[in-house]
Amino acid sequence: MKLTGAQIVIEALKREGVDVIFGIPGGAIIDVYDALYDSGIRHILAHHEQGAAHMADGYARATGKVGVCFATSGPGATNLTTGIANAYMDSVPIVAITGQVATGLIGKDAFQEADTVGITSPITKHNYLIRDVNELAKTIKEAFYIAKTGRPGPVLIDIPKDIQIATADFDYSMEVDIRGYKPSVTGHIKQIKEAAKLINESKKPCILAGGGVIISGASEELFKLATKANIPVATTFMGIGSFPQDHPFSLKSAGMHGNYAANYALTECDLLIAIGCRFSDRTTGKADEFATRAKKIHIDIDPAEINKNVVVDIPIVGDAKIILNSLLEYVEEKREEEWLDYIMGLKEEHRLTYADGPAVKPQFVIEKICEMVSENTVIVTEVGQNQMWSALFFTHKKPRHFISSGGLGTMGFGFPASIGAKVGRPDALVIDIAGDGSFMMNIQEIATAVENNIPVKVIVLNNRALGMVRQWQELFYKKRYSSTILKEVNFAEIAKSFGAKGIRVTEKEQLVSALSSAIDYPGPAVVDVIVEQEENVIPMVPPGAPIDRIVGGK
Amino acid sequence: MRHTIAVLVENKSGVLARVSNLFRRRGYNIESITVGKSEREGIARITLEVDGDELAIEQVTKQLNKLIEVIKVSDITHDEMIERELMLIKVSADTSTRSEILQIVDIFRAGVVDVSPKALVIEITGDRDKLDAFEALLRPFGIKEIACTGKVAMVRHPKEIK
Ligand SMILES: Cc1ncc(C[n+]2csc(CCOP(=O)(O)OP(=O)(O)O)c2C)c(N)n1
Repeated sequence: MKLTGAQIVIEALKREGVDVIFGIPGGAIIDVYDALYDSGIRHILAHHEQGAAHMADGYARATGKVGVCFATSGPGATNLTTGIANAYMDSVPIVAITGQVATGLIGKDAFQEADTVGITSPITKHNYLIRDVNELAKTIKEAFYIAKTGRPGPVLIDIPKDIQIATADFDYSMEVDIRGYKPSVTGHIKQIKEAAKLINESKKPCILAGGGVIISGASEELFKLATKANIPVATTFMGIGSFPQDHPFSLKSAGMHGNYAANYALTECDLLIAIGCRFSDRTTGKADEFATRAKKIHIDIDPAEINKNVVVDIPIVGDAKIILNSLLEYVEEKREEEWLDYIMGLKEEHRLTYADGPAVKPQFVIEKICEMVSENTVIVTEVGQNQMWSALFFTHKKPRHFISSGGLGTMGFGFPASIGAKVGRPDALVIDIAGDGSFMMNIQEIATAVENNIPVKVIVLNNRALGMVRQWQELFYKKRYSSTILKEVNFAEIAKSFGAKGIRVTEKEQLVSALSSAIDYPGPAVVDVIVEQEENVIPMVPPGAPIDRIVGGK
Repeated sequence: MRHTIAVLVENKSGVLARVSNLFRRRGYNIESITVGKSEREGIARITLEVDGDELAIEQVTKQLNKLIEVIKVSDITHDEMIERELMLIKVSADTSTRSEILQIVDIFRAGVVDVSPKALVIEITGDRDKLDAFEALLRPFGIKEIACTGKVAMVRHPKEIK
């Protein structure tokens, strides 16, 4: 069967089970869009390619499937890059397909030409420039395989215009066999036994669960390990949701804006069991003073993460779910009473609090949301204070129900990501908790939500400030608020002008009814909550300090 | 410490850029890089010289391995290996100095590849020390140009890098 390159793209995507694509057309990808037109695959037209990439990302995080986005050459592709980099940092499987100028024009500075493969090389797991239509189907198959296996990540395929028009036989039956890419998944049994021995002997064990636990679907195994050997569990920011935060052993998240109990337990444990995490500086604080009293076991699928930021005693390279399952066979039931008592004491002593006042406090908003919604709710966040309060004041219980830009910290991620998440999880309530600064970075996507009737709910913690930066200026720069105070914007009115529901909240008493009418409304809704401006995220570890030097908010 | 790393890669366009990009982005110190064919069709061999402590080199090899088009990475520093570099030197030479230069060329088992009234072009292969010594001896005569390949290396029998 002879197909054009454009038809091959669509046919291959169907074989990969792709049911939705996020993107924006343009001259260099118009042929692919033509093939998409009557293909039956749903297309969500974004209003900025960055939005499209974040939508694909949010879709992937919420579902565990590969997210797909399209963009044209040049500016379309460069607009995608923030979204791609974001997915790369958080190991999210997306496949980005970009149009490129015709092969004969490449290198000639043609209209809308950009070196997409060159630009995206350091922010993709892999990328391709197609030079032969006969390679197209195989490349797409490889791209999906690479994106979702091993440590997942974004893969980009750049397809010149003439390749989209050229024809080739379509065959998708080939096996993927890439000699330079054979991720190991099972883990070395000797190491696993060694790790079990350390766990069995430890007096003060502590688990640090990262995003890898969620990616590999290992939450159940993590739960079994924690409850079999009675080990407290801290998570990284990306690991939020991997272990139920309402469980007595949950220390919640650790790190710069983590919880006291988590940071103290990590500092004092004699055995650290790190699973699917990369010891980012936001988690470890000063790396050479991180968990210095502990022997360290590190389970990760990416061998390059072993000994990268923190040197460990027992590395186990492979898939967290598989490794935990085999580890469970060798770990004995045990209960270190003294340590657990100590941990429970820490948790009791350091409950999160905030000072309530006449103004609406952002923490209060998050707590109310947490009280009101069912477990079938995906919380997406923007970046800054809103993100940290969402992490801290909402009780996260399930994997893939907290979606946030961890590694890149991308303002403007949350709202489009929530659209992608809702598309992937139509059954769930999807809420984007936003800051006013971040929301404005991709606010145009309200149009996308309205046009496609994607009923996401945005709760703006409107503090008229780039709050997190303002907080740093308050604490470390003598309150010199350099470019962080914003003019007040009425987001409810903006929402209405796009055709969404908009509600403004200025008093505490209005909050609950505003939230419930937004949640009950069948379409997209924005609740603009005017909150206290000079509220800080605490506790906090000062930048560069060890994590047990956590201060504030006791 | 300086390490010698042999890397087998898919012989495709852009692979060298990926490798050098990786070094730039991660801030690794690359001393030399050479690329050429290997014994197998479609596979090229890169020889890298990198400076760093054990942890840094561990990272270098692992990050290289993460590149999809990299097939095999071997740190051969501690293996018994043969290292060679090729250097072309253009040195000033007239009737008064030519024979003295030719003597040095002889001792080093180098070869003269071009002769003109005012200069000689000499080719020499060997390890870095030998090349450095050779260059130092010729310097007083007036070196006009040097071109070097960078190092290629191979482990002695029986280990193969495949
Ligand atoms: C794209 C981007 N630009 C700049 C920053 C730096 N930055 C981090 S937090 C922050 C403020 C965020 O403000 P807002 O969205 O209003 O949230 P708040 O902290 O007030 O909750 C800024 C500017 C960033 N993370 N991302």
